[in-house]
Amino acid sequence: MTLDIVQMVLVTVLTAATPLILAAIGELVAERSGVLNLGTEGMMVLGAAAGFAVATETGSTLAGALGGAGAGLALSGLFAILTVGLAANQVASGLALTILGLGLSGLVGTGYVGMKRDPAPHLHLAGLSDLPLVGDLLFGQDAFVYVAVALVLGVWWFLGRSRAGLVLRAIGDDHTATHALGLPVRKVRVLAVLFGGACAGLAGAYLSLAYTPFWSPGMTAGRGWIALALVVFASWRPLRVAAGALLFGGATVLQLHAQAAGLGLPGQALSALPYVATILALVLLSLGRRQGGSLAPAALGREFTPHR
Amino acid sequence: MRLDLSPRARRSAVLSALSPVIAFAGAVLVGGIAVALLGVAPGAAFTTYFVIPLSEVWSLQEVALKAAPLALVATGLAFCFRASLWNIGAEGQFVVGGLAGGWIGVATQGAEGFTAWILPTMLAAGTLAGLAYAMIPALLKVRLGVSEILTSLMLVYVAELLLDYMARGPLRDPAGFNFPQSVPFDPAARLPYLMEGDTLHAGVLIALAAVIVATLVLARTLFGFEVRVVGAAPRAARFAGFSDARLTLAVFAISGAAAGLAGICEVAGKIGQLQPTISPGYGFTAIIVAFLGRLSPPGILVAAGVIALTTIGGESAQIDLKLPLDLTRAFQGLLLAFVLGADVLARYRVRLVPGGPRRTA
Amino acid sequence: MLGVSTLGTSTTMRTITGAILAALLLAPAARADDKLKVGFVYVGPVADYGYSYQHDLSRKALEAAMPGKVETMFLESVPEADSERSIEKLARSGAKLIFTTSFGFMEPTLKVAKKFPTVKFEHATGYKRSANVSTYSARFYEGRYVCGKIAGTLSKSGTVGYIASFPIPEVVSGINAFMLGAQSVNPNVKLKIVWVNTWFDPGKEAEAAKALLAQGADILTQHTDSAAPLQEAEKAGKLAFGQSSDQFRFAPKAQLTSITDDWDGYVIGEAKAVLDGSWKSHDTWGGIKDGMVVLAPFTNMPDNVKAMAEETKAGIASGKVHPFAGPVTKQDGTVAVKAGEDAPDPMILGMNWYVKGIDDKLPQ
Repeated sequence: MTLDIVQMVLVTVLTAATPLILAAIGELVAERSGVLNLGTEGMMVLGAAAGFAVATETGSTLAGALGGAGAGLALSGLFAILTVGLAANQVASGLALTILGLGLSGLVGTGYVGMKRDPAPHLHLAGLSDLPLVGDLLFGQDAFVYVAVALVLGVWWFLGRSRAGLVLRAIGDDHTATHALGLPVRKVRVLAVLFGGACAGLAGAYLSLAYTPFWSPGMTAGRGWIALALVVFASWRPLRVAAGALLFGGATVLQLHAQAAGLGLPGQALSALPYVATILALVLLSLGRRQGGSLAPAALGREFTPHR
Repeated sequence: MRLDLSPRARRSAVLSALSPVIAFAGAVLVGGIAVALLGVAPGAAFTTYFVIPLSEVWSLQEVALKAAPLALVATGLAFCFRASLWNIGAEGQFVVGGLAGGWIGVATQGAEGFTAWILPTMLAAGTLAGLAYAMIPALLKVRLGVSEILTSLMLVYVAELLLDYMARGPLRDPAGFNFPQSVPFDPAARLPYLMEGDTLHAGVLIALAAVIVATLVLARTLFGFEVRVVGAAPRAARFAGFSDARLTLAVFAISGAAAGLAGICEVAGKIGQLQPTISPGYGFTAIIVAFLGRLSPPGILVAAGVIALTTIGGESAQIDLKLPLDLTRAFQGLLLAFVLGADVLARYRVRLVPGGPRRTA
Repeated sequence: MLGVSTLGTSTTMRTITGAILAALLLAPAARADDKLKVGFVYVGPVADYGYSYQHDLSRKALEAAMPGKVETMFLESVPEADSERSIEKLARSGAKLIFTTSFGFMEPTLKVAKKFPTVKFEHATGYKRSANVSTYSARFYEGRYVCGKIAGTLSKSGTVGYIASFPIPEVVSGINAFMLGAQSVNPNVKLKIVWVNTWFDPGKEAEAAKALLAQGADILTQHTDSAAPLQEAEKAGKLAFGQSSDQFRFAPKAQLTSITDDWDGYVIGEAKAVLDGSWKSHDTWGGIKDGMVVLAPFTNMPDNVKAMAEETKAGIASGKVHPFAGPVTKQDGTVAVKAGEDAPDPMILGMNWYVKGIDDKLPQ
């Protein structure tokens, strides 16, 4: 019985962390290439609306997921044109994207108010999914969860082990030098931004197709911002993004469990817990290492224009 | 085809002035098409959006009222952003400022006799609270190298929850049936109104004064010079002996103080009591305003006015033309994107060059 | 200087043309004076399928009920901290009757009402009135008492989960009424409460639902707006109550009933009163009897439970049953309502204590 509760808690933490992981891992790639896109919330919220709309029209959750990712990708394409193509300020462009995404999501979603879908199907492997403690956790989730895990591992491999990943990181650290070496700075950055957009859109689609399978305005409720913070929290490292998302999701879920168990602290204090915990964790990590300059990609947020 | 940008030695003054106009025209064109698709005459939409709000004394006051906190917060943020420090948490500093100053307003409710000290004390408390709250990410950054983006953003949520707790708990009106708001402040704790109709309050003047002071500080003082140099050429600044830590603390202090002051002005001006939320996102919108205004205080003033105008025009459009609020939001986002994109014209010579990406090796 | 003056003239010309254009475009609106214009200010988006959506249904019902006589307009997602302008904007746009539908609009409504003495204002869920400001609200707790009885009867584990938004009297009285209803059929029933500090965040509501289910609750109820908790209950094969609108389609196997607000009758009645000149400032607190609190059809329960629920509902409507009929004991053991008495309205309106048997500590 208690094992069941532990597993239920773990599953809740994992699924609460999934949208954060999806959005953050995409943003991480964009930031590693030197582009700071603060528009995650906007791309996510549009992905939720577009994903639900496409899934409802086609009757296919897969098409919906792709539609959500596509919407995020399209919006990030606009961002790429602005910041990479026209060297516009990245912070401001990202915030503009957030506003645009919120507006567009309302326009897209307004025809789907009060509709529901069946949640995305969950994996079930006879035997394995019924194992105690870990069965459901490891073998009973929906595809989004596994995609999120695969993306984290894939990005980890790509950035750390592949040549293309090395190029991307080099560009994020010094666009002038890499440009002088003949590396396609702008092309790589556009691709990285588009990848980030698709991931954010997918994260939104996860919310409207799997997590709470209906559409409602503003249903991301700030998760895009948390994803942004997690990238910083993770010092731009893929595996730590997953760890950070699990920490944040865990703190959220645990405070709800603490309340259900009758802890009796003010709800506001408990709701603040995930944010405070994230700050504290980062402070502790900072205390642990010698001060050695910033961990951020050196060219992050700076405009780049190729010229003589 | 390839887009080639080469920086101009100096910003082109003509194009600097012209690029927002071009952007505006572009956004209005796209917006007009969208409006027409929704079955509304684009001309009517344009009038409702941009002409009517500017044609009445009342709505002009409302534009000023909405622009004031944006301009004040954005002016403070301009110092941070110029020094390449990312204070994303002005919203939290705004809330804490409103809470601290408002607390005095609640505590002094019903005070008799000499009450002229109350309002200045509230303003000072709000300013200091915002400043102190901004010191948390600043000190963590200076002492431990913790990213200010993360800490300042996370502290926004903490501030909002703190205000929520105070307004629902300790500071709520005891005679208010346990509803979540404080007692209304006494007149001595309110910013005075400037015009008949009780709309425009003195907070607008405070914002205006702050913009002027900031303009002078940036242009005429050594400190302003320091901020500009650090932003433009960090290495040169280090050679010149400017201290990173001191500057970080200083610009965070300025932006926090400005946000806190804006917060208490909103509470003592428009709202007149404490309630669970006091900001419709001014701290975040101000980030856009700061960049739209190109991080210069006078530019920020204009940008704040434009944002305020589109918000108020959007309400007119909802009422008169039944255009959804989401369309207004989307248009705002689009307008911002156009303005940011068009700015390239002022900063670079733009050429379309045939052929693929050029390789320099 | 020719150039300058030409420029000046053309600008003036453009302004004049603009003004004429504006006048032409606005003319139709200005002529519709004979219609009563009714404005609505919503705190959320009309697409929320919850509180604001439900209010907007009544706006549409008003237009349908009085064609040609009324014209409606609304502003959605109006932040409570920035609502004064929105309310005044409606008054300036010619609205003669304005519904401000959230508690946080109270002070701004009063302030604008002072400036526009000929405009009638209707403020939902507040307690301050003036010559041209009425207040109205619904006795949601009546519906929650019925739900409590159903839950107390049906819960096998004896533990019911409650997802609450903010500790305001309306929510607290709802929790108490629910608990009293549940205790009336099962004195040992346990209520687990989770405060999510939001009216609307599907993700967080779902997480709260999961937490409650994991801790042994087999029936969920909520005072938040999204259908997420219902869906979680459906997924887990448990039962739940809907909120704000009939959410049966989200959880056909889980929804027992849903407490919905129906403002149609009230809104139409007030508009009629303005039109025939009989409108007066007043306070309305309507319940099941007035059709303001409506329970969606009772589903997913045995017939005898359904009959009991119907009977309780009828009893509340007729006044025979009062959710807060004495004796009511507070959590700390003191008597709130003596035997043989009913809780007076002001006590329910300002309720900030739990009844005995609730383990949670009320956030103060």
